[in-house]
Amino acid sequence: MTAIEMQPPPLTVGPLAWLRKNLFSTWYNAVLTLAVLWLLYALLYPAIQWALTEARWGVIEANLTLFMIGQYPRDQLWRIWLAVYMLGGMMGLSWGVWREAARGFAFIALGAGIAFALIGLLLNSDVWINWLIAAAILLALYAFGRFLPRRGASIASLGWLLYFPLVLLLIAGTPLTPWLSSVPSRLWGGLLLTLMLTIVGNFGALPLGILLALGRRSKLPIVRYFSIGYIELIRGVPLVSILFMANLLVPYFLPVNVQPPDTVIRVMIGFILFEAAYQAENVRGGLQSINRGQFEAAQALGLSGALTMTFIILPQALRAVIPALFNSFISLFKDTSLAAIVGLFELLRIGRAVLAQSDWLGTHREVFLFLFTVYLGFSMAFTYGSRRLEEALGVGRR
Amino acid sequence: MSEIDKNQEIIICRDVHKWFDSFHVLRGISMTVKKGEVIVIFGPSGSGKSTFIRCINRLEEHQKGQIIVDGVELTNDIRNIETIRKEVGIVFQQFNLFPHLTVLQNIMLAPSWVRRTPKDQARELAMQLLNRVGIPEQANKYPGQLSGGQQQRVAIARALAMQPKIMLFDEPTSALDPEMIKEVLDVMIQLAKTGMTMLVVTHEMGFARAVANRMFFFDEGQIVESGTPNEIFQSPKEDRTKLFLSQILSH
Repeated sequence: MTAIEMQPPPLTVGPLAWLRKNLFSTWYNAVLTLAVLWLLYALLYPAIQWALTEARWGVIEANLTLFMIGQYPRDQLWRIWLAVYMLGGMMGLSWGVWREAARGFAFIALGAGIAFALIGLLLNSDVWINWLIAAAILLALYAFGRFLPRRGASIASLGWLLYFPLVLLLIAGTPLTPWLSSVPSRLWGGLLLTLMLTIVGNFGALPLGILLALGRRSKLPIVRYFSIGYIELIRGVPLVSILFMANLLVPYFLPVNVQPPDTVIRVMIGFILFEAAYQAENVRGGLQSINRGQFEAAQALGLSGALTMTFIILPQALRAVIPALFNSFISLFKDTSLAAIVGLFELLRIGRAVLAQSDWLGTHREVFLFLFTVYLGFSMAFTYGSRRLEEALGVGRR
Repeated sequence: MSEIDKNQEIIICRDVHKWFDSFHVLRGISMTVKKGEVIVIFGPSGSGKSTFIRCINRLEEHQKGQIIVDGVELTNDIRNIETIRKEVGIVFQQFNLFPHLTVLQNIMLAPSWVRRTPKDQARELAMQLLNRVGIPEQANKYPGQLSGGQQQRVAIARALAMQPKIMLFDEPTSALDPEMIKEVLDVMIQLAKTGMTMLVVTHEMGFARAVANRMFFFDEGQIVESGTPNEIFQSPKEDRTKLFLSQILSH
C-alpha cells in the first residue's frame, strides 16, 4: 500500500484563514469582533497616551537603586554584583550540566542580563557593564558545564547548595572580617530583600515540608499527630499573624542573655514555618500518586525504607507535583510584601517610601505600574522556567 | 533437566495461614522446595497463589504457621526480612520498573546501594544480565519507551542483579500482549536450565511442561493437588483439578 499525501483544502491554514474562521465566520461574529476592537482602542489609547506623554517616569529612574537594594550601603554594591555574577555562573553551569531541565531558567537569566545591559546603556547608567559581565559568566560556565566530565551533576548540585548560604554571608558580612564588614539587616531592602525572603523562605521550607509530609504518613502515632497538628495549625492562621508572632514572640522564648536574631531573620523563620505547611501538603499529594508496586519492588530488592524514599519514591513524587511546588513558590514571592507590616522595606514598601519624597508627589500610577511590572515579570519568569523543567523531566516517563 | 540437590531444602512452609481482615486467604499451606527446583503454582483467581508466593519474601505477612527460607525463619525481625529479601528476587505481573530511572539504573540500583558493589562492577553485571535477557541495546532507555515484553525482561534482569538464590514469578506474562509472552517465557526457561530455584505462578502450561519439576494446584487457599507435570496433565486425581485444566486447556 502506498501512502497517499494530499494538500489541505484551500484556505484552512495561514493567518488569513485563521482570521476568517475565528473572528469573521458569521456577520454577528464580525460585528462582535469590530465592537471589541473599538472597545480595546477606547480603553487603551488614553493609557498609552498617558504613559508616553504625561507620565513622570523620572521617579523610577531616579530611585532605581533604592527599588533594587533599599538602603544597602552604596559603597558595598560590589557584594550585590558578586552575588549576581555567581547566580549567572550557577545558571550557566546548570544549563551546561542538566541541559533541557535548566534551560528555561538559564534562558530567562541570560535574557534578563542582556536586557538590563541594554536598558543601562539607554539610560546612560554604568551598570550595563555589570550585567554584561554576568551574561558573559553565564555563557562561559555553560560551555564549561557542557564539557565537564562525569561529575558535572554533583558539582552543580553542590554549587547550588553552597550558593544560598554564601550569598547570605556575602550580603550580611560578619563583624570579624574588615574586608567584608557587617551590614545590618535593617539596611537590606527593595527587590534584593524581596528575593532573599522568597528564596530563603522556599528553600528552607521544602526540606521541612518533605519531612512533614513523610511524618504525616508515618506509622508512628506521635510523629503522625505532630505533623497533622502542625500543618493544620499553620494552615488555619493568616500569614500576617505568623509574621507578627515570629517578630514579637521569638525574643521571649530565648534566654535573657541571648541577643535575639534581628527582624529579617525572624521574618525568614516565619516564612519558612508558614510555607513548610503548604509544601508538606503538596508533597503529600505527590506521595499519594505513587503506585504501591513501586514500594513493593524497592522492598523486594532489599532497599531499606530510607533508600526507597530517597531513590524511588521522592524523585517521582516531587516530579509529579512540580506545578504545585512552583505555585506555592510564586505565591510566597508575592506574599513577601506582607513583611512590610513588621517594618521591613521590601519592594512594595520602598514604593510607598518613594511616593513620600517631596520631589515625586503624585506619581502613584508610575510607581505602582512599575512595581506591578516587576512582580509580574518575575512571576512569569518562574512560571516559564518551571514549565520547561516539567517538560524536560517528563521525557520517557511511563 | 538440571540436577536437584536432594538434601537441601531451601524453602520450608508448614501450615501457613493468612487472613485479609476476616477473609481466610491461605488455609494451611505446607510445601517444601529443594534447591534448584522449578515449581509451578496454578489455580483460579482468588485461590491465594499470589498471596502465598508474596509471603515468601514477606511482601505479605503470614499470621500462623512457619516459613523458613534458606535456613532463616520469617518473623517480624526486620533484619531477617532484609536478609531474606537480598536472597529472594521477585518479578511482578505489572513489572513495577522505576519509571524515572533508565534500564541500566533500574538494574544497578540495588547492587550498588544494598550490596555496595562498586559502580563499574555493577554496570558490568547489569550489561551481562541485559545480554542474557536479550536487550543490551535498550540499556539507556527509560522503561516507558519499551514494549511490555522488554519491560518484563528488564524486571527479570533487575531481580537477578542481586544474585538471588530463589526467584519468585507472580503471573509474569498475564499483563502482556500474546506476541510478547514467548520472549519472556524463553528467558525464564533459560533461567530454569541454569539451576535457579524458581516458584512461578502462571497459567502457561507449555512452560510448566517444559521445565517444571512439580506443580501445585491451589483452590480456596489450599493445595488441592500436587505432582509432576506428567501426573498433573495425564492423570489428575481430583475432580476440581480436572475441571480447571479442561477449562484452561480447551482453547
